[in-house]
Amino acid sequence: MPETGLSPSETRDLRILAGIMIPASEEFGVPGADDAAIFADIVGSLGRDHAHVRAALGQFSAMSGGGFSGLEEAAGLLLTQGGPAVGTLGRVILQCYYRDDRVIRSLGLEPRPPFPKGHTLEQGDWSLLDPVRARPKMWRDAP
Amino acid sequence: MNDIVDVLIIGSGASGAAVAYSLAETKMRILCLEQGDWIKQSDFPSNGRDWEARRYGDFDTSPNKRGRLTDYPVNDDNSIMKVANFNGVGGGTIVYTAHWPRMHPSDFRVRSLDGIADDWPIDYRTLEPFYVENDRMMGVSGLAGDPAFPPRYPAMPPVPLGKTGTRYAQAMNKLGWHWWPSDTTVATTEYEGRAPCINLGHCTPGCAQGAKASTDITYWPHALRAGVELRTRCRVKEITTNEHGMASGAIYYDADGIEHFQPAEVVIMACNGVGTPRLLLNSASSRFPNGLANSSGLVGKNLMLHPWPMVVGYTDERVDGDHAPMTSLWSKEFYETDPSRGFVRGYMLQFSRGTGVVNEAITSAAAGRLPWGKDHHRVYRDLVYRRLMIGVACEDLPEEHNRVTLDPVLKDSNGIPAAKIDYTISENTRRMMEHGIARAEEILTVAGATNISASRTLLNYPGHLLGTARMGTDPDRSVVNEWGRSHDVKNLFIVDGSIWVTSGGVNPTSTIQALALYIADQIKQRLATLFD
Repeated sequence: MPETGLSPSETRDLRILAGIMIPASEEFGVPGADDAAIFADIVGSLGRDHAHVRAALGQFSAMSGGGFSGLEEAAGLLLTQGGPAVGTLGRVILQCYYRDDRVIRSLGLEPRPPFPKGHTLEQGDWSLLDPVRARPKMWRDAP
Repeated sequence: MNDIVDVLIIGSGASGAAVAYSLAETKMRILCLEQGDWIKQSDFPSNGRDWEARRYGDFDTSPNKRGRLTDYPVNDDNSIMKVANFNGVGGGTIVYTAHWPRMHPSDFRVRSLDGIADDWPIDYRTLEPFYVENDRMMGVSGLAGDPAFPPRYPAMPPVPLGKTGTRYAQAMNKLGWHWWPSDTTVATTEYEGRAPCINLGHCTPGCAQGAKASTDITYWPHALRAGVELRTRCRVKEITTNEHGMASGAIYYDADGIEHFQPAEVVIMACNGVGTPRLLLNSASSRFPNGLANSSGLVGKNLMLHPWPMVVGYTDERVDGDHAPMTSLWSKEFYETDPSRGFVRGYMLQFSRGTGVVNEAITSAAAGRLPWGKDHHRVYRDLVYRRLMIGVACEDLPEEHNRVTLDPVLKDSNGIPAAKIDYTISENTRRMMEHGIARAEEILTVAGATNISASRTLLNYPGHLLGTARMGTDPDRSVVNEWGRSHDVKNLFIVDGSIWVTSGGVNPTSTIQALALYIADQIKQRLATLFD
């Protein structure tokens, strides 16, 4: 078993699934989740989710018969079936995919952590409160 | 054996910190045992690119998912809602949203006003000075003049409306319904050494800027300077009693699993609404066979968790997403009882900003809004940074079948029996939830949102842990008296959310801490006769 904790066939299946779940898109200019860098992040981030992901891959393998035929169909069945293991698989893929610099930039966002730069929040128009201020007392007095 | 202390506080979170700070002026020898660690600001997720993912890992609000060495497991399989907490200096204030409503005066008189549940043995007027003191210590941002609540005067201006708040405000004005900028313990200006908020995102997984008040950076520095000792990585197994039926101290495990005994003259429990009954039940002895302080049989019963439906919709333009604190506005339009609605009591609407890039994808995929495959990218772009989200904070009424017991099998890493939760949502609360969901859907529609959906019980959210060692004047109907002392063990006090009689429909931390300060004040006033 390599350091990722996944066997070669599990690693292969995970990459196939990642590409089916989030395919590359020319229209939006983004890689798929099976992109080499993103996939490396996924397998390197399994951590505490390792057991659930392996369980989902086991389900996938059983549904696809262990071969390459009918993978799309098996993936569709797996994702429709859902459950904790499949939910974890989806989360692990999404949390790595949506922190890739190319993906973040495609959304018009800066690829950076929130701290220390933070963000700006516009003050808004506080005169919107005027009709609320004019309301009479709303709370109940208590004995 | 450790030297005896005058006061032993178990837990360093919202209430433990407040009571430690308040009692420090007595110059008694005070020790607090905390099973978790200090959390450094550089540890918080918003320092790194994996900050959203860590909300599902070491900063998850569920101890079962977080699974730190310092956490204890909770069997919540038989509960539709899950437990949220944090074990570390600051406790739950490390991961709370910093939303800061107080209970209403009517919340303390539920039986008198609405004929259900029980009245509290204290009232709003009694707690008000302690709310004020607690607000000063935690640092509150907000706006005076809210017609839905007795006067209060936040020290700092409110968090800006932003695009999201403006949408909500305009919609509420069209509907003619109450709204107000939320009080929050997010500093909007420099405050007592805390830097102002720079909008790092949702405050729930801690604040790298230190703008969000958690007791590790508010109360504890004062308490430590005043001489209180705080000992971390100390997990209490049992409160011991002597031949007179008084608490004599606590047995705890240190980080290496070594067992110690800490003797004390007074024991104060500040372990939250699950941790406290768990510890009391684990402290059973021949004198107290049903658990310590449990002659009423009510330890662990009347658990209230605050059902909190969340209604989500999407706008046709980008709004604030997670580029701001989560808290924005509240509405008390439906807070006070109106019998025509088909239920008693009421709820607060909590208007939240949207969410981050990762969390949008994860929650939308889980909800079925975001497909896998070729349509994924197109649909996602109609979701990200377009979310509006309204929480319905429903009052949960006390019911004895909702309870904390000891799990017969599950144990923590020190072999201490874990808590088991049994909890269902009452019919009154379900009607309240549906009413709130319908109102939230109306608001979102008027705010221009589409693709609206509701989650009736959001797992792990909010997990307010209340009511499992209730206060009262009747020892047959309560665990502690009207100033927090056990009816059965006269040197044992409880200051956390366990002692709540009813839950109100608001986030509880402000009231938990005001109660802790009130009980500390009562202790100080009664030092000469404390055990009478």
